[in-house]
Amino acid sequence: MSFYLVQFLSGLATAATLFLVSSGLTIVFGVTRIVNFAHGSFYMLGAYIGWSLAERIGSTPLGFWGGVLAAALAAGVLGAVMEVLLLRRLYRSPELFQLLATFGVVLVVQDVASWIWGPEDLLGRRAPGLRGSVEILDQVFPLYDLVLIALGPLVLAGLWLMFHRTRWGTLIRAATQDREMTAALGVEPGRLFTGVLFLGSALAGLGGALQVPREAINLGMDMGIVVEAFVVVVVGGMGSLMGAFVASLLIGQLQAFGILVFPEITLVLVFLFMAVVLVLRPYGLLGRAEEAPPTAASPGPPLSASTGIAAWAPLLLLALLALVPLFAGEYALIVLTELVILALFAASLHLLIGLGGLVSFGHAAYFGLGAYGAALLATSWAAPMPLALAGAPLLGGLGALIAGWFCVRRSGLYFAMLTLAFAQIAWSVTFQWYGVTGGDNGILGVWPDPWASGKTAFYLLTLGLCGGALFLLRRVAFAPFGYALRAGRDSPLRAEAVGIDVRRTQWFAFTLAGSAAGLAGGLYAFSKGSVFPTLMSVPTSVDALVMVLMGGVQTLAGPVVGAALFHLLRTEIMSLTDLWRLILGLVIIGLVLAFPKGVVGFARDLVQRGRAA
Amino acid sequence: MTGEPLLRVQGLQAWYGRAHILAGVDLAVGRGEVLALVGRNGAGKSTTMKAVMGLLDARAGSVTFEGRDVSALPPHRIARLGIGYVPEDRRVFTELTVEENLEVGRQPPRPGAPHWTPEKLYALFPNLAEMRGRRGGRMSGGEQQMLTLARTLMGNPSLLLLDEPSEGLAPRIVQQMAEALRALKAEGLSILLSEQNLAFAGAVADRASVIEKGVIRFDGPMQALMKEESIRRAYLAV
Repeated sequence: MSFYLVQFLSGLATAATLFLVSSGLTIVFGVTRIVNFAHGSFYMLGAYIGWSLAERIGSTPLGFWGGVLAAALAAGVLGAVMEVLLLRRLYRSPELFQLLATFGVVLVVQDVASWIWGPEDLLGRRAPGLRGSVEILDQVFPLYDLVLIALGPLVLAGLWLMFHRTRWGTLIRAATQDREMTAALGVEPGRLFTGVLFLGSALAGLGGALQVPREAINLGMDMGIVVEAFVVVVVGGMGSLMGAFVASLLIGQLQAFGILVFPEITLVLVFLFMAVVLVLRPYGLLGRAEEAPPTAASPGPPLSASTGIAAWAPLLLLALLALVPLFAGEYALIVLTELVILALFAASLHLLIGLGGLVSFGHAAYFGLGAYGAALLATSWAAPMPLALAGAPLLGGLGALIAGWFCVRRSGLYFAMLTLAFAQIAWSVTFQWYGVTGGDNGILGVWPDPWASGKTAFYLLTLGLCGGALFLLRRVAFAPFGYALRAGRDSPLRAEAVGIDVRRTQWFAFTLAGSAAGLAGGLYAFSKGSVFPTLMSVPTSVDALVMVLMGGVQTLAGPVVGAALFHLLRTEIMSLTDLWRLILGLVIIGLVLAFPKGVVGFARDLVQRGRAA
Repeated sequence: MTGEPLLRVQGLQAWYGRAHILAGVDLAVGRGEVLALVGRNGAGKSTTMKAVMGLLDARAGSVTFEGRDVSALPPHRIARLGIGYVPEDRRVFTELTVEENLEVGRQPPRPGAPHWTPEKLYALFPNLAEMRGRRGGRMSGGEQQMLTLARTLMGNPSLLLLDEPSEGLAPRIVQQMAEALRALKAEGLSILLSEQNLAFAGAVADRASVIEKGVIRFDGPMQALMKEESIRRAYLAV
């Protein structure tokens, strides 16, 4: 009995940290409508700054708690700076660009933190006066965690008072409900938003600084916490403070007791819980329906099939690429093989985003499923390569069929969050199911059959399969199915009214995109010779989004061009510097600010403007 | 009207996406004047209001208020200069109480415009006084309409943009609204009022501008419009 009580208490301590971080996230989302990936970075920065301050002044209680507070304030200031320099320019951009821009900040912060504090884990000083434990019914429990447990409700009460008893809080609540009307009443939105980012980021920084005595500070803290905080915010209802509190408590307990019941799938459990909640309560436990569903991205003018010479351009390009082995070296062929695979990966995501208006934040799941499917077939089952490659799109498609059924029930941000949840489920399974997937050791020795093991042979095989798949994706865009998908994107109500089953169309598109990504993943596994869980991780999903964004969502050629640009750029940067995250992050931010329509969309606008003049 | 009008709109154009809604609207509201902007559904009344308020991205033409060009200012700056906007769909903050709704609208007093406090507004709208702690979402349509107007008045505007205040209200409430507007006019407020209800407009307005397909077709005293059956039939009859 006492064991369960202690387990319950440690769940409460987890919940307190979760609540601090997710309350900040939900407040920021409520007012700015931006899903802030960088929120986890402020948590991590809070932890690092808190660690440095604790090392210097943390030997007395005053110094320690002063340091925690200063770390929170510092994180708040950095959040406000991000609002002024970056977010302010993006409030009218499609959500995809906002998500990507904040992810760019994540990358930049990771490299900066690594540069300042080094890549090693840091162990912090224990809180003075709270080093011991207390005995609760014969079980020991850390004293410090009791303080954390008390802090959660205290912060909730403080925030509640601020929102309900101050003019600033009233304005925040008004802006959360109707930004435009609040501005029309003379409230300056800019200052409000800067303040909100300060508050939200300071809460994240506080959560981080409070971890210093509890756990090792490391560079992976940011993604870990932000994904959990997303789950809390989505389960609680986006923008709802009370919801975040309730969801933190539930998820804290789920983690505390889940580890007793299902130690193998603790990571999966949380995301399964979120998926179930979202299907039962579409807007979370205490959330309200969105008044205006966020848009994926401006689809631009309708797609038109090229005619004349332009219609032959893809075939011509394919023929040229097939001739490359005649003069290119091995290294160039390896880079080109990867490039062609990524082009298919990006094009499969574009089917969802560009044609379906469905911004998936977890497309890497299906790429990874294909890769793992092919790798397992080839190694554990000793299947020949053609069979293993055939299994890749099947497994990717099957995964997408199951996840898609849930995901297409929601739109906009909730769709994005659900796809993220399923990607995290897939990632956790490969990460934790050691016996089958090898965990983070991955699966090694995935080599092509002898007939395709030469670089040229494998390149040509990749080119043939990916070229064929890209051709099919293009056919789909101009088939009745593609028209139905676009109709559902542009006006779901009218599409339903003319007899299109929008949800089913989107479900099939999701499955098709998943199997195309799966094929790309299978080829990737054979080209690399190994697979790792990172193939399914959030950064891989973001890579695909960046490729689509770089090329522009408005054209079919966009993702292919974007994949080429992205891959060449990354290969080039990685060969030059260790700070590739920093550079990539800055490139993402720059792209989002400079080309809201993507590179191809930008070029097409230039051409059209030229013609009009 | 003599001298420079309080609000002057010239050649105002506006677009929703590719749809060209305003094709060059000209109108002027003098100090202390109530101008009724009348026209059918979709003629461009609400769009005119939003464009003046700076709520539309795609707009062209000039808007001057107290002799100052405001056409490039963001909405909060326009509001702080003394233009109060009461939207057609009310947009009460449903999660906030009556008192909190008023608080959001509060701005410092402005010379030359009546200074409003919650107490003065409760006197003008006695219904609201009885439900200070009630949330906006739990009020009737008429009460919400009163609250929206009161909330905007908390900004101490010298010009009100009132978008179809009588729409969807019970006749008794419409009557109250007309009385409130006359009281505001007596306080020296200028009002640009968009209306489909000609009787209501006739009860409060001095002048009328008739809008159709994004262009002003008639401009003159309210009485003249009431007499001109041909204009009413051409631009207002359904």
